[in-house]
Amino acid sequence: MSLKLPIYLDNSATTKIDPRVLEKMMPFLTEEFGNPASRSHSFGWTTDKAVEHAREQVANAVGADSKEIIWTSGATESINLALKGAANFYQDKGRHLITVKTEHKATLDTMRELERTGFEVTYLTPETNGLIDLSKLAAAIRPDTILISVMYVNNEIGVIQDIEAIGSLCREKNIIFHVDAAQAIGKIDFSLENLPVDLMSFSAHKCYGPKGVGALYVRRRPRIRLMAQIHGGGHERGFRSGTLPTHQLVGMGEAFAIAKASIANELPRIKKLRDKLLTGLQSIEEIYINGDMEHRVPHNLNVSFNYVEGESLIMAIKDIAVSSGSACTSASLEPSYVLRAIGRNDELAHSSIRFSLSRFTTDEEIDYTVKLLNDKVTKLRDLSPLWEMFKDGIDVSSYEWQEHGERDIILHN
Amino acid sequence: MSYSNKVIDHYEHPRNVGALNKDDPSVGTGMVGAPACGDVMKLQIRVSDNGIIEDAKFKTYGCGSAIASSSLVTEWLKGKNLDEAQMIKNSQIAEELELPPVKIHCSVLAEDAIKAAVANYRSKH
Repeated sequence: MSLKLPIYLDNSATTKIDPRVLEKMMPFLTEEFGNPASRSHSFGWTTDKAVEHAREQVANAVGADSKEIIWTSGATESINLALKGAANFYQDKGRHLITVKTEHKATLDTMRELERTGFEVTYLTPETNGLIDLSKLAAAIRPDTILISVMYVNNEIGVIQDIEAIGSLCREKNIIFHVDAAQAIGKIDFSLENLPVDLMSFSAHKCYGPKGVGALYVRRRPRIRLMAQIHGGGHERGFRSGTLPTHQLVGMGEAFAIAKASIANELPRIKKLRDKLLTGLQSIEEIYINGDMEHRVPHNLNVSFNYVEGESLIMAIKDIAVSSGSACTSASLEPSYVLRAIGRNDELAHSSIRFSLSRFTTDEEIDYTVKLLNDKVTKLRDLSPLWEMFKDGIDVSSYEWQEHGERDIILHN
Repeated sequence: MSYSNKVIDHYEHPRNVGALNKDDPSVGTGMVGAPACGDVMKLQIRVSDNGIIEDAKFKTYGCGSAIASSSLVTEWLKGKNLDEAQMIKNSQIAEELELPPVKIHCSVLAEDAIKAAVANYRSKH
């Protein structure tokens, strides 16, 4: 098979729709256009049946009851509904919330908004491997803590938090537990039947489904209540109004069903590819793996290439599509806040690359990636005065650098 | 980041990469920037007995435009005397490479590197 460039290794950003998913969606973009809320004719009956089938598929994939699944526009909306909905409903019990510094912005920005409306939030710092120390979490709990939110799988470094242990702690303290599972579907085989979680957010497009659709799991036993955030029409039992996008939901249902059915075969195959990538990169000197390698999904590898600047590395490896923790490649001017939170310095955060694999990743693509990285890192280090200093035995971090002068600052404004 | 073809050309085929012996009296070395800021440039010039820059070499840690800015100035420096070298302005570099506004600091750094290299050479004489 010939190699098609560029190679897509940015599957934590989004995945390609699985052709089997698209096939199921197509009829609902053409012939079957009825509004699932239309009770008076067969157009509505047909799409309502499809929506409920998809709900069953999602529920089955995560070990939930279909009545516990609320459709949303994506994980960001699910997280907003879970956090704001629970905080607003239970605020008479307390106004303290806990989350982690390495959470997705959907959680962090929602928490900031809740702070603005009078809640107090504790942002835990994870350990240097990206995992939470349970005793530190326990110590952060107060009598007025009503909710804890932790992501299952980190989007940048792929580490898996111990959701069962955190959930048990929450149960013991009678605290609502929300889990952002956007990056977990098809990567971890779990069941909400035996996981002590009250609210869980899902996305379709991170597991080969369409963009613009997600779901929120809301536990019924013990029952969790939420204040709705979007009003009008009373769809989704009042939790989330708005006409249901049948084709999207059908796509999400199928994507989740496929994820559940194929995970046992997929994980070892993807792990083999990831390990091959890791081994191939380990021949490069001065690389640093970001995040724990044991408690980690096999789809993710996040590596810092010391003494190479991130943006120039991204330019050099434009044949592969990856993400960087470098500030230059993102909208903000700060390097990755996730890598900073696990104690990486600015230089290592700037020079980090996230490789994220999918069920479509091939052996040839990994071979190409390994060779490309070896060649380009060597080339850029030949260009790098820091590498030259390192090779001459000079400690780059203790060298007295002349920081940018005043003139430079004026030009920045 | 969308770069001009000139930046991409210098980035992909950088001119005059390398190092000169910094202890050689005919060599001036300038190193500017800081790793924490994402840019470090090392620029070296070799000056002939009659005060002409015969050779220039660079190594740069930084983004594509920082590499291109330093590569460009090594080309410009050759054949110039020290006073002419110090006349090179960051605006000329930015204009030649069509740098986007957020990358102007790369051209500033290149100008600073020239000044530092010349000052280092002069301090030896």
